[in-house]
Amino acid sequence: MTTSASGAQGHRGIAVALAILGWAAKFIAVVLVIATFAFVLVKAAPGDPAQVMAGQTGAADERMLAQIRQEYGLDKPVIVQLGTHLKRVLTLDLGFSYRQRQPVSTLILERLPATLLLTGTAFLLALFSGILLGTLAGLRAGKWSDTLLTVISLILYAMPVFWLGLMMVLLFSVQLGWLPAFGYQTIGVTMGPFARMLDVASHLVLPAVSLAAIYLAIYTRLMRASVIEVAHQDFIKTARAKGLTQSRIITGHILRNAILPVVTIAGMQASALVGGAVVVETVFAWPGLGRLTYEAVMQRDYPVLLGIFLVMSVLVIVLNLVTDAIYRLIDPRVTTRATN
Amino acid sequence: MNRREFAKLAAAAGVAGAAEIPWGITRAVGQTRGGTLNAIIQPEPPVLVTAINQQQPTLTLGGKIYEGLLRYSTDLKPMPGLAQSWTISPDARTYTFKLFPNITFHDGKPCTAEDVIFTCTKMLMETHPRARGTFQRVEKAEAPDPLTVVFTLKEPFAPFLSSFDCTTTPIQPKHIYDGTDYRNNPANARAIGTGPFKLKEWVRGSHIHLAKHEGYYRQGEPHLDEIIYRIIPDAASRSVALEKGTVQLTQWTDVEFFDVTRLKGLPHLEMTTQGYELFAPHLWVELNNRVAPMNDKRFRQAVAHAIDKTAMKNRVFFGLGKEATGPISSKTRFYDGNVKKYEYSLEKARALLDDMGLKAGPGGKRVTIKFLVVPFGEIWQRIAEFVRQSLGRVGIEVVLEGTDVAGWGQKVSNWEYEMTSNLLYQLGDPALGVSRTYVTSNIRKGVLFSNTQGYSNPEADKLWEAAAVATDDAKRQELYSQVQKIVVEDMPVVWLIEQDYPTFYDKKLKNVITSGIGVHETFGAVRFG
Repeated sequence: MTTSASGAQGHRGIAVALAILGWAAKFIAVVLVIATFAFVLVKAAPGDPAQVMAGQTGAADERMLAQIRQEYGLDKPVIVQLGTHLKRVLTLDLGFSYRQRQPVSTLILERLPATLLLTGTAFLLALFSGILLGTLAGLRAGKWSDTLLTVISLILYAMPVFWLGLMMVLLFSVQLGWLPAFGYQTIGVTMGPFARMLDVASHLVLPAVSLAAIYLAIYTRLMRASVIEVAHQDFIKTARAKGLTQSRIITGHILRNAILPVVTIAGMQASALVGGAVVVETVFAWPGLGRLTYEAVMQRDYPVLLGIFLVMSVLVIVLNLVTDAIYRLIDPRVTTRATN
Repeated sequence: MNRREFAKLAAAAGVAGAAEIPWGITRAVGQTRGGTLNAIIQPEPPVLVTAINQQQPTLTLGGKIYEGLLRYSTDLKPMPGLAQSWTISPDARTYTFKLFPNITFHDGKPCTAEDVIFTCTKMLMETHPRARGTFQRVEKAEAPDPLTVVFTLKEPFAPFLSSFDCTTTPIQPKHIYDGTDYRNNPANARAIGTGPFKLKEWVRGSHIHLAKHEGYYRQGEPHLDEIIYRIIPDAASRSVALEKGTVQLTQWTDVEFFDVTRLKGLPHLEMTTQGYELFAPHLWVELNNRVAPMNDKRFRQAVAHAIDKTAMKNRVFFGLGKEATGPISSKTRFYDGNVKKYEYSLEKARALLDDMGLKAGPGGKRVTIKFLVVPFGEIWQRIAEFVRQSLGRVGIEVVLEGTDVAGWGQKVSNWEYEMTSNLLYQLGDPALGVSRTYVTSNIRKGVLFSNTQGYSNPEADKLWEAAAVATDDAKRQELYSQVQKIVVEDMPVVWLIEQDYPTFYDKKLKNVITSGIGVHETFGAVRFG
């Protein structure tokens, strides 16, 4: 009895280990493929860091161009450059930005907190208010309040994010003077941790709302459609026939089922959070990863670009796993199917 | 410069030195000390060491951290910098500089003649293309005593004395860099210079914070406690920052030209276009002289006649700038406006095109030319559109092509373009910033800002070279006047505008523009109130 049980456990242990190994092998293979694609893409763009540097300096000579190309390893054959790149990926070495004279990992880590704060806040704001507004609209489908919410979300969806940002700056910063127009924090002032937190929060409002607007619209519309669909299913009629209260039906039955498509979409969009948001970061001078990426593209700063690609691809894979886990939490059927 | 002129300058330098004493008194009368200046820097510089990187923003910020031996007035006369006086030998081959005493680097170590020699003969030769062009002419550099530097040139080079501003020759600490890999020296992150401000903090993507250098050698300077350069990538946000008073200073292209008129009207702001004289940015349409029909000077002259430069100045640049008449800017030394004029005349343009056999086809079209739009901002798109409209009127169809900085650099430097626009700094002397665009010896494939259009005229080559080594200013003027006549006739590129840039600053801010490099200056004298 005991032996067979432990034997079964051993088998299960091996199976889990194999599954993890298989998953890890897939993970590495995917990352390597992405890294190769990223390299090819980056190389396909015309020009190189030396020409950018020369263009921005206003003076150049052969020696300077050669020096820069040598530092970047651009004097070597492309296949050797690819090899170096993949080797770095495997050893988790993100390389060095010769332009900024900083290790790429430092550059990315410096930007990460500000990026996550902005995109995370915007994401949560959009997700929760989107679910709330979508549910309200869905339950009142066809009534004037539903029409109003639908129109608002359509307007938000269609509005260019930079325009919305600038208009909010004009209103809340220039006209009313309530909120700072740009930046991450008040610079050159020493303050306590609590005051600093409030300071950062006040800087966060406008960019987070601008960024949230478009996602908010998406989630609202998605949630509305989903709620309408679920509300007409037979099991809701059954629940109503059982005599459950309206609020119990909404929270226990409609929401739990209607939220699944939103989770799917949100999970896909969550991975974009790490990449930052170039437009909002630019309008609000927010020191995020989006700007770092954009500038790296423009400057052909290959190590930075490839480093960001790598970090993002890893995070996308990890976030997909997290989404799967959340899915299983909300909908037990997913687990059953997966184990079968 | 001859000896008499030098004596005058030395006297002026002495006066400047003595003037430091009464400053303390005037301060007591009511000068405000201290304070924080908020300014803008964009795009964000990659490093702050101006010896290693010479991009515009690096030079603007680096000017506070690093100093050169000399400064230059707005009419480009040398003034004392780290050097309090200087002499030139009669054969114009030996230059002797006397440094101010008690100059210290930000790490507290003294700055002496050894640092100057190291910077000019070793470090910059390795890292600074522009300085390399000047200092490769030095035969030897010696330090007879810690405060004296003597340069001996291989042969006379007239603009040598124009090469010591802080953007061309930023003096570096020998004790930190000598014998190291300059570009990868960890001290680059600390940016150690002798300037009145030192690097306190750099939050990438957000701001660069400079603080007062307590041991600064000029008595009473700097007045400000701190300067904070904010990185604001969006032009509309920059204008808002200036309007709201979040920043008190903008320069170069921080403010879009179309915003200038509006901001000029604000009561708390002052606007000036002074302080860009050393750079004297010169804008032109570049035509690849290798490609037909642009290989015919009549075609290039026709283009010159077809573009209404005054309208361009008013419509595109909102009045900032001046119509260019030839290769040398009127702000640069040895300019001569007495050259062939190409007034706006569509008839003359058409006549020239007819004359070269480029007849108008159906619809009036004679030829189609691709124009590579310069990717350095909104204004360049407008310049390109203006050129397209203008040339369309005489039957030259211009097709605009977009690209980014790297693509533009690749195409222009490898001569794979037909038409584009370009802008070069003149750097105070035609031998430093002008001749490089026109001499045959500077046709170098793969190198931007060389003679990329491929113009070659041996007669002009001789004159440019003779003017660079002539030591007498009158002689130089004569040679440059001759060469300007020839080049304006040949019209290798079509000069458009001597560009002016708006510098906005808060009215409370004083002494902002004190020299020909304007906002690149040390800001030791800048103060509030």
